[in-house]
Amino acid sequence: MNSELAIRNGTVLTADGVAEIDLFVKDGRIASIGGDHDSHTTIDANGAWVGPGLVDLHCHLREPGEEWKEDIASGSAAAAAGGFTALVAMPNTKPAIDSGHLACFITERGRQVGLCQIATAGAITMARDGKALSHLDELWEAGVRIFTDDGASVADAGLLRLAMEYLAERGAVVAQHAEDQGLSLGGQMHEGAISSLLGLRGIPALAEELVVARDLALARLTGVRYHVQHISSRGTLDLISDARAQGLPVTSEVTPHHLAFDDERVMALDPAFKMYPPLRAASDREALVAGLSDGSIDVVATDHAPHAPFETEVTFAEAPRGVIGLESAASAVMTACSLPIETFFARMSISPAQIAQLENQGRRVATGILANLVVFDPERTWTPDRFRSRSENSPFRGEALRGMVLATIYEGRVTHSLVKS
Amino acid sequence: MKHLLSISDLDRAEIEDLLTLAAEFSSVLERDIPKVPTLRGRTIATVFFEASTRTRLSFERAAKALSADVMSFAPGTSSVTKGESLKDTVLTLEATGADLFVVRHESVGAAARVAGWVNGPVINGGDGAHQHPTQALLDALTLRQRFGKLDGLKVGIVGDIANSRVARSNIDAFTKLGAQVELIAPSPLLPVDLSAFPVTVSGSLEDSLPHLDVVYLLRVQIERGSGPILPSLAEYGLRFGMNRQRLQMLPADAVVMHPGPINRGVEITADVADDPRSLVLDQVQNGVSTRMAVIFRLLGAS
Ligand SMILES: [Zn+2]
Repeated sequence: MNSELAIRNGTVLTADGVAEIDLFVKDGRIASIGGDHDSHTTIDANGAWVGPGLVDLHCHLREPGEEWKEDIASGSAAAAAGGFTALVAMPNTKPAIDSGHLACFITERGRQVGLCQIATAGAITMARDGKALSHLDELWEAGVRIFTDDGASVADAGLLRLAMEYLAERGAVVAQHAEDQGLSLGGQMHEGAISSLLGLRGIPALAEELVVARDLALARLTGVRYHVQHISSRGTLDLISDARAQGLPVTSEVTPHHLAFDDERVMALDPAFKMYPPLRAASDREALVAGLSDGSIDVVATDHAPHAPFETEVTFAEAPRGVIGLESAASAVMTACSLPIETFFARMSISPAQIAQLENQGRRVATGILANLVVFDPERTWTPDRFRSRSENSPFRGEALRGMVLATIYEGRVTHSLVKS
Repeated sequence: MKHLLSISDLDRAEIEDLLTLAAEFSSVLERDIPKVPTLRGRTIATVFFEASTRTRLSFERAAKALSADVMSFAPGTSSVTKGESLKDTVLTLEATGADLFVVRHESVGAAARVAGWVNGPVINGGDGAHQHPTQALLDALTLRQRFGKLDGLKVGIVGDIANSRVARSNIDAFTKLGAQVELIAPSPLLPVDLSAFPVTVSGSLEDSLPHLDVVYLLRVQIERGSGPILPSLAEYGLRFGMNRQRLQMLPADAVVMHPGPINRGVEITADVADDPRSLVLDQVQNGVSTRMAVIFRLLGAS
């Protein structure tokens, strides 16, 4: 066989377990595992991990409406550099993704760019204003499987219940950005010793926990698949664990920055450490790291949120919320959590693909599947300094990270490689 | 000292050096020609994104007493109102010849941010609820003039501690100089977590008064960006205001301070403000000499 691409000497996450074996790709699919075949291109993994391409359940690509921060092309390039083969874009664009044709626009732009699969979440309410349901059926027909007003909570419990009832029937996921607006109003960072010292208004962990507690009651009522976005506190994790113990179909995600940093880092007032939810106390961070390791948290999601330099060259209080994360995510997670290979791919690829219902993503390597792959060296160290994202608001700039994405393969094509020959 | 951004940048010796220098400048200000030629040809820019005529005038008077030139930049008189950014503003001022920047801004960390953008030294003239270091220094100078030293003094700071940059910088300065600080406020006006503050806390002004050497009353505002923080100013005044009757509960040689501007009848009644035990006017006078000392230390060496 003449293959297009060989990945040699990898430690591969196959359907039958972890094996040190060569892979061969032809016509965009895994053509052979093991054996020896000619290939047009060869990637020498040199012992690095080879597994399903990473899947991000939560990123902001800013198109349409804020293309000076990012667009689907630059976001896809950043994703490829970060080892991702699929992204779920959040619907808080301008306009918000509240109708079928807008969802189709996003996925079609992703297809044109061709560096990874771009799925989109749909808004729960029209224009994300929390007042009336969006075109839920139309969005579902356009392929949307995750619904959220991310950037804000759906505050109206009656409206959320209605959305949950509709979407439970379909088998869609209702995802919540949990933030009680009254408790978080004017807040800049985690409410605690550091915010008190700095004189910055705090956002208590309760702002997140209160919304999650209410939503879990609604999820119990409606039977919907409920997903908590970017969890930040030990209390939220406890609420989710209790609900799961009672058999509710509840999942959650955590960002790399909440695994890596706590509110001490805000002392320097660098806007690259401003986000919602805020970096919380060291004890919260420790609980999140433990929760990701033991599976109480299903997914790492980046919450990649680009903002242009002119928007972040302001004081901390004036800076917009959110930081970029696609290019540093895998490394940041390894640095903070040292996950074994199975857990790493479970949290960063397999579980997010299942939640987003992306059938060609997050699959253990097997003959015949589409070749969506990442080559990740869990030991190599590097320090992020430049980004493919159009924006540079990264808290990981200048941080020594362990673990490096060596190559990314999307549908058999190499979309990023440091080791190609 | 490259900048003066926070009292936390200074140790006790540095604070005392500034107070000693400020005391020398106080005597300069009492001369017939209250001026020294020290900083002739240098330019001080006051960049006040948050209005404060008192503080700005105090800095400008200090600059002029050192024979420096002053560039004054404030919303309403400049393109700031048209949305020019803090960064563009200070870079423009530096290109125009500013040697030192005094920055007042409603955002925590604004002066520190400016210090990262310009080459010259920066004085924090107040950043949100974070720091107002020259206020703390002038208050320390006022207490040193009255008591000789701050060691062992019991200072009660009364009012909206949570939203007060004066409280944060004064707690740090007073305790570094050996005073004991008690915070006196209803709990919504206290920072949520006091573990990083070397203070005691009291919920009752009247309980605290008999053992205080200094009552430091903060300005209280009913509204803060995110909405009302008090049921009413009148109720606050009844519980935490300083009046004639409460003045008599203090030890005989205790003093009353306020950073101004005073809400007469709320934090402090008119007769208390004008009482000989009130140091409010000393504070205003010491503002100029203290700011002279800071500007001199930041620019004088070169
Ligand atoms: Zn969010």
